[in-house]
Amino acid sequence: MKNTILNVIGIICVSIMLLQCKGGVKEDQPTVDFAELQKGQPEVHGTEVKDAEIVMNTPLNQEWVKGGENIYNLKCLACHKLTEDKLVGPGWKGVTKKRSPSWIINMIINVDMMLEKDPEAQKLLEQCLVRMPNQNVSKEESLQLLEFMRKNDGEM
Amino acid sequence: MKMSMAALAMLGLIFVFSTGCKPKGVQSAVGGNSAVKSFVPPGKYDEFYNFVSGGFSGQMAVYGLPSGRLFRVIPVFSVDPEKGYGYSEESKPMLNTSHGFVPWDDLHHPALSVTDGIHDGRWAFGNANNTPRIARLDLKTFRTAEILEIPNSGGNHSSPFITENTEYVVAGTRFSLPMGDKLDVPINTYKENFRGTVSFISVDQPTGRMNIAFQILLPGINFDLARAGKGKSHGWFFFSCYNAERANTLLEVNASQMDKDFIMAVNWKKAEEYVKAGKAMKKSVRYAHNVYDEAAHMATSKIETEVLVLDPKDCPDMVYFMPCPKSPHGCDTDPSGEYIVGSGKLAALIPVFSFTKIQEAITAKNFDGDYEGIPVLKYDAVLHGEVKKPGLGPLHTEFDDKGNAYTSFFVSSEIVKWRISDLQVLDRVPTYYSIGHLCVPGGPTKKPWGKYVIAYNKITKDRYLPTGPELTQSAQLYSIDGEKMQLILDFPTIGEPHYAEAIPAELIMKNSTKIYKLEENKNPYVALGEKEAKVVRKGNEIHVYMTSIRSHFTPDNIEGIKLGDVVYFHVTNLEQDWDVPHGFAVKGANNAELLIMPGETQTLLWKPERVGVYPMYCTDFCSALHQEMQGYIRVSPAGANVPLTFSTGEQAKAAQ
Ligand SMILES: [Cu+2]
Repeated sequence: MKNTILNVIGIICVSIMLLQCKGGVKEDQPTVDFAELQKGQPEVHGTEVKDAEIVMNTPLNQEWVKGGENIYNLKCLACHKLTEDKLVGPGWKGVTKKRSPSWIINMIINVDMMLEKDPEAQKLLEQCLVRMPNQNVSKEESLQLLEFMRKNDGEM
Repeated sequence: MKMSMAALAMLGLIFVFSTGCKPKGVQSAVGGNSAVKSFVPPGKYDEFYNFVSGGFSGQMAVYGLPSGRLFRVIPVFSVDPEKGYGYSEESKPMLNTSHGFVPWDDLHHPALSVTDGIHDGRWAFGNANNTPRIARLDLKTFRTAEILEIPNSGGNHSSPFITENTEYVVAGTRFSLPMGDKLDVPINTYKENFRGTVSFISVDQPTGRMNIAFQILLPGINFDLARAGKGKSHGWFFFSCYNAERANTLLEVNASQMDKDFIMAVNWKKAEEYVKAGKAMKKSVRYAHNVYDEAAHMATSKIETEVLVLDPKDCPDMVYFMPCPKSPHGCDTDPSGEYIVGSGKLAALIPVFSFTKIQEAITAKNFDGDYEGIPVLKYDAVLHGEVKKPGLGPLHTEFDDKGNAYTSFFVSSEIVKWRISDLQVLDRVPTYYSIGHLCVPGGPTKKPWGKYVIAYNKITKDRYLPTGPELTQSAQLYSIDGEKMQLILDFPTIGEPHYAEAIPAELIMKNSTKIYKLEENKNPYVALGEKEAKVVRKGNEIHVYMTSIRSHFTPDNIEGIKLGDVVYFHVTNLEQDWDVPHGFAVKGANNAELLIMPGETQTLLWKPERVGVYPMYCTDFCSALHQEMQGYIRVSPAGANVPLTFSTGEQAKAAQ
């Protein structure tokens, strides 16, 4: 009996508290516009790219191959070998045979989405245990990297 | 805005506790919906950044308001092992002075840059009180971008207050000193040989670069605080002065003899004209000017040797004194620029001066004689009025957007709200305890945000869990959007929180730097990619061009270093992802770690003193394999013939 009364009092108290607090909660907490925050910032995140958007040249565009190699040396080589051997991430040998062009491009420029949605990307994270970092590679640069990977896989 | 039930229930509990349980003692001052007013739910941002001086820590701390959460401690005048500031070769020049490397100072007052008298979010300035310096912090990077030493100065206290468009930052000396050729003088010849100065430092608008435009030579009194005029009083600067007695010993007695000290009014537009007309003397001095280059990730220090000095006796109508009771501290101009509030630390009233009356008194030459040749304006002629019996020991005043002023009272430990127009006291609240300065967001500008007042206190006993003889210093946040001030939060602070300014978050956060672009890295020792990692011997100097990325260094094995070698680790962080710094530390280094931001290069100097193999590792948790981010350095005896080699996971390469 006592307990019931206490419970009732408790419920009333909680209700009062909720009413009281609701009015007190600040309505003017500034909302933050993340799109605005990213503007003019050097950090780049790409949006999802589909296979249909990617044009594959044959023969290879040699300028792109060279550009891709420079980006590789600056931003990728620390973690990816050009052989099949894993370093921090998987080796690149054969990657263009195993994966679709859009898969590769999305891993480079949109890695958060891939690690969230793509089962193959998730499997790789389980093996490597290091999230592939966003290295601020633009979409154009990622196409050059793809060209360099194709060259690495023996295309001409 | 919607909140989760859990958060509501939690707030409800706090609410019931604070009203229902009524704890005895000082805590009972917190009540009503105060917890709700300062609560910022997890994942939500604060409304304001609060830049708070770290006092004797030499740093500046950044808190969120209204939560009181600490976001960052920015190293300014003191070395900081957490960030390698003052330890890395790139940052050491920032702490260079004419006295050599000074690893500590005493930072009292932050000042945020303004455009048309309103905060613009570009820079913060801070003063070094001990070895006189002014620092400029870049609010894109939250780093110290420039430090300028002030010659002819001792105790740079009345600074770094700024003019309406950040044209000038001022630096007034607290201690007067002997100057020029006659430096070795008996201290008791103070009155003959000691002089004070105030310096006007120009700020280049696009870059922020500082330069001492001119100094004004003054009688040997002490300058305490200052404020620029604004609006109608733009072009003028006001400084509070104490020790008009010009005592040099036991100042607590000897500098409190006279009934009134002064507020000094400087017409700086006039001073500019005198400089242009060639009235300034070139004085030979020595002071350091240190600048951090964001592209090279590197500071340089230059010793400057000349400064321009104006003497008021050659420059009429430039400087005036106004009598102010008694040992004035605060000297604050209201948002309209018409009123200048003096605060005598030992006074029992607050005098409020009128800029219009000051101009009239100057025109009518309504003087009360002169002080060391500088005209003293008649007190009654320039007074708007006095706030009677406000409390004990008024220190500092800020303003809201409704014509009210808030004054801190050190001795009676309270904040008093009063109306500028009729000088009536409207409200008072206790502080816990011994408040120094206070801060209203935008309070020193033309556009205060009359939402909060924050008290910065000197003593906190019984506010927090004890931590030995020393307790944290603290701040108290009061809501001021209603008639009555309401205490809503205590929060601890680093060092001694002297003064602070607060600015809406949106003015800063949108410009915040996330990474340094590798492509723009101009450090001469950068390794752009692992292919450029190498080890180079130059006599007994070893230069290691090292890279770091989750989760290894390249190289991670180095051999062939000999006793007597001096090793420079130039570490480039190859990450291009926000908030992924890497650290770098070596066993036995008589130095600190490095903390290297994405895309940045920093250098650690290491002088090995024993033969052996030394571990090195990353100090900032960077990935699941952070613990594996490590390596070894072998040090051989001086005469050994171990070749200099380096490697990472493959055959060692010979060094160049
Ligand atoms: Cu690391």
